[in-house]
Amino acid sequence: MINKIVASPAEAVAEIFDGAVVMIGGFGEAGSPIELIHALIDQGAKDLTVISNNTGSGHVGLAALIAHRRVKKMICSFPRTANSKVFPELYKNGEIELELVPQGTLAERIRSGGAGIPAFYTPTSVGTPLAEGKETREFDGKTYVMERTIRADFSLVKCRAADRYGNLVYNKTARNFGPIMCMGAENTIVQTKQIVELGELDPEAVVTPGIFVSKVVEVTNPAEESKLVAEDRRYPW
Amino acid sequence: MVSKEEKIGWSVSDMARNVAMDIPNGSYVNLGIGMPELVAGHVPEGREVIYHTENGLLGMGPAPEEGHEDPELINAGKKHVTAIPGACYFHHADSFTMIRGNHIDICVLGAFQVSEAGDLANWSTGAPGAIPAVGGAMDLVAGDIKIFVISRHTTKEGEPKIVKECTYPLTGKQVVDTIYTDLAVIDVKEDGLYVRELAPGVTFDYVQERTDPELKQYSP
Repeated sequence: MINKIVASPAEAVAEIFDGAVVMIGGFGEAGSPIELIHALIDQGAKDLTVISNNTGSGHVGLAALIAHRRVKKMICSFPRTANSKVFPELYKNGEIELELVPQGTLAERIRSGGAGIPAFYTPTSVGTPLAEGKETREFDGKTYVMERTIRADFSLVKCRAADRYGNLVYNKTARNFGPIMCMGAENTIVQTKQIVELGELDPEAVVTPGIFVSKVVEVTNPAEESKLVAEDRRYPW
Repeated sequence: MVSKEEKIGWSVSDMARNVAMDIPNGSYVNLGIGMPELVAGHVPEGREVIYHTENGLLGMGPAPEEGHEDPELINAGKKHVTAIPGACYFHHADSFTMIRGNHIDICVLGAFQVSEAGDLANWSTGAPGAIPAVGGAMDLVAGDIKIFVISRHTTKEGEPKIVKECTYPLTGKQVVDTIYTDLAVIDVKEDGLYVRELAPGVTFDYVQERTDPELKQYSP
């Protein structure tokens, strides 16, 4: 029997190793798998390279992972937001690396990695500082820059409902990087608000096919990052 | 009584209306963060426009009523929004396919500087020590989408924002189509910057004095 359901976030993240490349879903708090990130903090893996659009808020979730010095390098498009304090501080002190990537290029580097394509040409960033040192090529009279694909060892993703095959549906704009990050890692670990029986998800409406998912854990009432930040909570509690 | 400096030119709301008037019925539009967001409130009666937000929503509606915010329904500026009937959600690679693949019609952005050639600088002032952050700015201007810039004509210090060459790091080269300021509406053409409309009480010379490159006038 195929059963990708595991009992706890701790069990779900147990295999993440020191030095791993980890994709973490979310756009701000929407879609951020906060319980999986907290389980990863408890688990202790370090020297991680993390790929995520932002760098977290306050002292919970991704920001807490960074604050505990588990992340040596961030690959992201927008490392500062209104409530991000941890990353800017470490970055200014030269204590964390940053690879800044335009958001659409980040998405395509993740997607193409999952699709088995090692590199691609894009018009984004041509003529800007973010294209410096990269190979360029002309197609039909227009210049494009070559971007390399990213693959990860693990992805941490949040969704609304999943079945034991790992088929997923998401919630509104919390979908964001989830589907492409599921495709882009050797091991994809998903926290879902609800586990449903096989057949309950309409096959026409499945967003992530189960083949892209390794483990699913149910987190019925996930924490709301913005509430935790407003209360100035810090993980571990 | 404190004397008030004479204020001439369009208000921010007027500027947003000017942009909205140039958005045809049926357009798919991406609005940048800040001043561009105001454009949605000025679409003329009878025109239907669908708003895209690059974090994965086509059919973005206005901000929700207080108490109805959903942390998983936000825009690219991470503000709470609503979804209109007929809206759809999608992942980031599809969202930027809509942008880079020229499926979106118009993008309205803010600017630090726009050059004579239509180069745009709007993501970084290049200040030492600043944390670089680019988001989707470079992707939005990379395709052949029409790029409308809405911006004050000069900086707070009175320096021109329309310049011969951008001194800030570029977002994209030769990408801007039209600039909507508090003083004028200016089209970026291959042979230069053409003033299409002047704000009430503003002369061509007044705009030229506050603009680095030479401005042109359409022949009557």
